[in-house]
Amino acid sequence: MQATSEGLNHAGLFMFTEVQRSIMSEIIETDVVIIGAGPVGLFAVFELGLLDIRCHLIDILDKPGGQCAELYPEKPIYDIPGFPIITGQGLTDNLLAQAKPFAPTFHLGEMVAGIERLEDNRFRVVTDNDKAFIAKAIVIAAGGGSFQPKRPPVPGIDAYEGKSVHYSVRKMEAFRDHDILIVGGGDSALDWTLNLQPLARSVTLMHRRDAFRAAPDSVNKMRALAEAGQLKLVFGQVTGLEGDDGHMTHAVIVDNDNQEHRLPATRMLPFFGLTMKLGPIAEWGLNLHENLIKVDTEKFETSEPGIFSIGDINWYPGKLKLILSGFHEAALMAQAASRVVNPDKKVLFQYTTSSTSLQKKLGVA
Amino acid sequence: MAKITYIAFNGTVYDIEAREGTTVMENAVRNSVPGIEAECGGACACATCHVYVDPDWVAATGEPQPMEEDMLDFAQDVQPNSRLSCQIRVTAALDGLIVRIPESQG
Repeated sequence: MQATSEGLNHAGLFMFTEVQRSIMSEIIETDVVIIGAGPVGLFAVFELGLLDIRCHLIDILDKPGGQCAELYPEKPIYDIPGFPIITGQGLTDNLLAQAKPFAPTFHLGEMVAGIERLEDNRFRVVTDNDKAFIAKAIVIAAGGGSFQPKRPPVPGIDAYEGKSVHYSVRKMEAFRDHDILIVGGGDSALDWTLNLQPLARSVTLMHRRDAFRAAPDSVNKMRALAEAGQLKLVFGQVTGLEGDDGHMTHAVIVDNDNQEHRLPATRMLPFFGLTMKLGPIAEWGLNLHENLIKVDTEKFETSEPGIFSIGDINWYPGKLKLILSGFHEAALMAQAASRVVNPDKKVLFQYTTSSTSLQKKLGVA
Repeated sequence: MAKITYIAFNGTVYDIEAREGTTVMENAVRNSVPGIEAECGGACACATCHVYVDPDWVAATGEPQPMEEDMLDFAQDVQPNSRLSCQIRVTAALDGLIVRIPESQG
């Protein structure tokens, strides 16, 4: 489901029609929904957990860790306090271990489509997978936005997207008996080449060079099929698409000898990795500063009371986009969120080194 | 210091004095040259700092390393003179370097 401008209420938050409500099956009630399961979202689970606040996390990626896990799992980070060197995946694993006592629930591969304030001041959050949550507070820890597939810069490609051009394969059957053009040289491109080849009318794999980043076994299988004439391997780039009303018939390609060809293709699957887009966050009626969410530096609350924002996605004067800044923001946000989630509960400031009650929550006392 | 010239896809020219040891990407970001996004912050992990090195400077900047070649697969409109600007380190020998920013990032 996509948020549209027709769906905005006076406060700017997304509203749902009765029809949209009725198609959502179960509703998950929780204290806090955290949007984004990157390092800062994960640490927010810990800080909120110490204050007895339970969280559900929603992330568009299929794994927790955000950019650390998706962009640079193997690369070292040098500016995490206490860790002279740690990899993106190492930091993610440690944060998951640290959050574990608080049993967060992850909803992966889903994007938040809309947020709506209810009459009792709680929030209703729905995902593009039609999952619905009711939460007392929301924490937006969405980093650079949501990861989305990179679109090749082919003129007019948007007219074919969703009909002939797809960035993922949801149902293999939709590709049966088609002339399929797969573009890219990584595991996604190779895996789908091998998986779709048996049911396609024809498969062409196109890559810009004769070297593949994919698993060697897949590359060998692909090369064997190419040698047997069961798929076509082309080195070059797509420069144009031909067809009518979104239904592609041919792709125009330029090979590495600068020769132009018209290749029959009724389905195209480009795999150029992921890029970050702000996505529907811009439509939630929050005050923004150059596409970042404005917050105060006491509570890290947005212009909507009860909606907090921490990490790279927020902005305040002096903001530094560092993971360590996000950790600090998570700690202060948790204090403020506690007053929203449990307004009658007094927050006692305690240290994990000395507080037996905190240690019990962590399962170490 | 070395002078680096960035030419945006629309033809706008940005001349920047760069310190030796910094990267071509860092100088672009620090001076708000549009089209060099560097989403990953210079980890050679995203291909959003893709540039075309002026043909006269290809020899001086050298060949991409295998890791950079792999990441260039995710860039768009890749040409033989394509590089990721986070992987080009400024030296005195690069004084006068000219790079162009691809349309897809413009």
